[in-house]
Amino acid sequence: MCLFAGVFMDSEIFSVGEVTRYIKSLFENDEILTEISIRGEISNFKCHNSGHFYFSLKDEEAQIRCVMFKSRNTNLNFTPQNGQKVIATGYITVYEKNGEYQLYVETLEKDGIGELFLQFQKLKEKLQEEGLFDDSRKKNLPFLPQNIGIVTSINGAALRDLLTVIKRRFPNVNIIIVPVSVQGEQAKDEISEGIELLNIYGKVDVIIVGRGGGSIEELWAFNEEKVARAIANSKIPVISAVGHQTDFTIADFVADMRAPTPSAAGEMVIPEKEKLKGNLEIIQKRLFNRIETIINTKRQEVEYLKRYCTMRKFKSIVDSKRQDLDEILKELVLCIENFIEVRKTNVKNLLEKLNDLSPIAVLKRGYSICQNEDNKIIRTIEDAYINQTIKIMLSDGIIRCSVNSKEKRVIE
Amino acid sequence: MKYEEAIDKLSKIVERLEEGSLSLEESLTLFEEGIRLTRICMKILDEAEGKVRILTKELNGEIKLIDFEEGSAEN
Repeated sequence: MCLFAGVFMDSEIFSVGEVTRYIKSLFENDEILTEISIRGEISNFKCHNSGHFYFSLKDEEAQIRCVMFKSRNTNLNFTPQNGQKVIATGYITVYEKNGEYQLYVETLEKDGIGELFLQFQKLKEKLQEEGLFDDSRKKNLPFLPQNIGIVTSINGAALRDLLTVIKRRFPNVNIIIVPVSVQGEQAKDEISEGIELLNIYGKVDVIIVGRGGGSIEELWAFNEEKVARAIANSKIPVISAVGHQTDFTIADFVADMRAPTPSAAGEMVIPEKEKLKGNLEIIQKRLFNRIETIINTKRQEVEYLKRYCTMRKFKSIVDSKRQDLDEILKELVLCIENFIEVRKTNVKNLLEKLNDLSPIAVLKRGYSICQNEDNKIIRTIEDAYINQTIKIMLSDGIIRCSVNSKEKRVIE
Repeated sequence: MKYEEAIDKLSKIVERLEEGSLSLEESLTLFEEGIRLTRICMKILDEAEGKVRILTKELNGEIKLIDFEEGSAEN
C-alpha cells in the first residue's frame, strides 16, 4: 500500500474503484501480463452487434475471459468457433466495470498442432467410414516389379535413400521419378497429380509416394484429402513412405502398404536380386541332382533287368530255336527221303526204258540183225549181194545163210 | 509368366521329383519343364535395363520422359 501512502495517508479504507484501479495498475505494470500469448480452446464465443468478439479461452484446468475488438478482428482470416484451439496474443488487465480481468486479444491464430490434429482426426474418420482404409481395398504389391514409380521431391533425402537402397538390391530395375513439391501450398496438388500421372503413364508396377522426415506442418500434404483420394484411386499399388517410423499420415492409412521410412520402402518394394539368383541356383542344383539320381536309379534298374532278362530270354530263345531246328530237321529229312524216293522211281523207269532200247530185247521180240562176215550190219539190200554168206543174229544164236536172191520192196 | 509364378511352379516340380514315385518319362518331362522355368526366371531377373528416368507432364498435357542423372539432384 505504500504506493498510495501519500493519498490515503489517514485512512485504511478504500473505495471499490480505488482498489480496482490499484489491481489494474498491478496488471499493467507486470512484464508478463502486458504481452502474453495463451494457448487454449474457444468457448462461449459471441460476436456482439458492435463487431467485438467475446469468448473464453479454456483448457482442462481453467478459463480466461477474452475480448477482441472489431478493429483487431476485421483482418482475421477465420471465424473463431467453439472448441477451436487457438493461440491468442494480447495483454491482460482488469475491466473495472465488472471487476474481472480479461485478455484483450490483439492477434488470434489457429493453434497449428491442435487444429491440424483435429483436421487429421476428422478426415481419418471420414475416409475410414467410406471404407478407404479397408483391407479388402488393399492391392498386393508385385513380387518383382520391373518398373518402380516414385513420387517425391527431386532434391529430397528420400529420393536419394530410395535410389540407393533400390539400386543396391536390384541394380537393373527401372525407376521412373515424378518430381513434386512435398511441402507448401502446391504440395497436395502436385503429389496427387504425380500419382495420377503415373497411372496415366501406366508402365510402372508399383508407386512409392513419400518424403523424408520433417515437422508435422512439413508432412501435412500427406494428410490432405486430395492426396488420400489420389492414392485410393490409383490402379497401381501404392507404398507410402512419409517421414520417420513414428509419423503416421492419412496417406499411410490409404496406401496399399505403409513403409516407416523411405529407405524401408526401398526394402519392401523389391527383393534382393542376388538372393533370388542364389535361390534359383539352389533350386536348379536340386533339379539336376534329382534327375541325376533318378536316372542313375533307373539305369541300375535297367542293368539289373537286362541281366536278369537276357539270361531268361536267351534260354527261351534257344528253346524256341531248338524247337524250330527240330522242325526244320524233320522237314529236311522228309524232304531228302522224298527226294530219294523220287529219284529211285526215276532210275527204275530209266532202267526199264534202257532195257527196252537194248538190241537183245528187240531180238527177243522177234527181230533179228543181219551182218556180213565183217560184222557190219546190213541195213539195206544194197549192202547184200547174191551168194554172199551173211550172219543172222537172233536172241539165242546166229544163223549163217547164203543170199539166194534180193528184191527191193517197201515193208509196211 | 511372372517371376513368382515361375518360381512357384519350379519349386513344385522339384518337390514332385524329390518325392520320387514317378516314371522316368514323367521325371524327364518334369525336369525339362523345370529347366524351361529356370531359364524364364533368369530371363526375368535380367530383363530390366536399370534406367532411371524423370516423368513430367508438359503444360500442353504431353508426357515427357528424360533420363535422370545421378547427382543432378544436388545441383
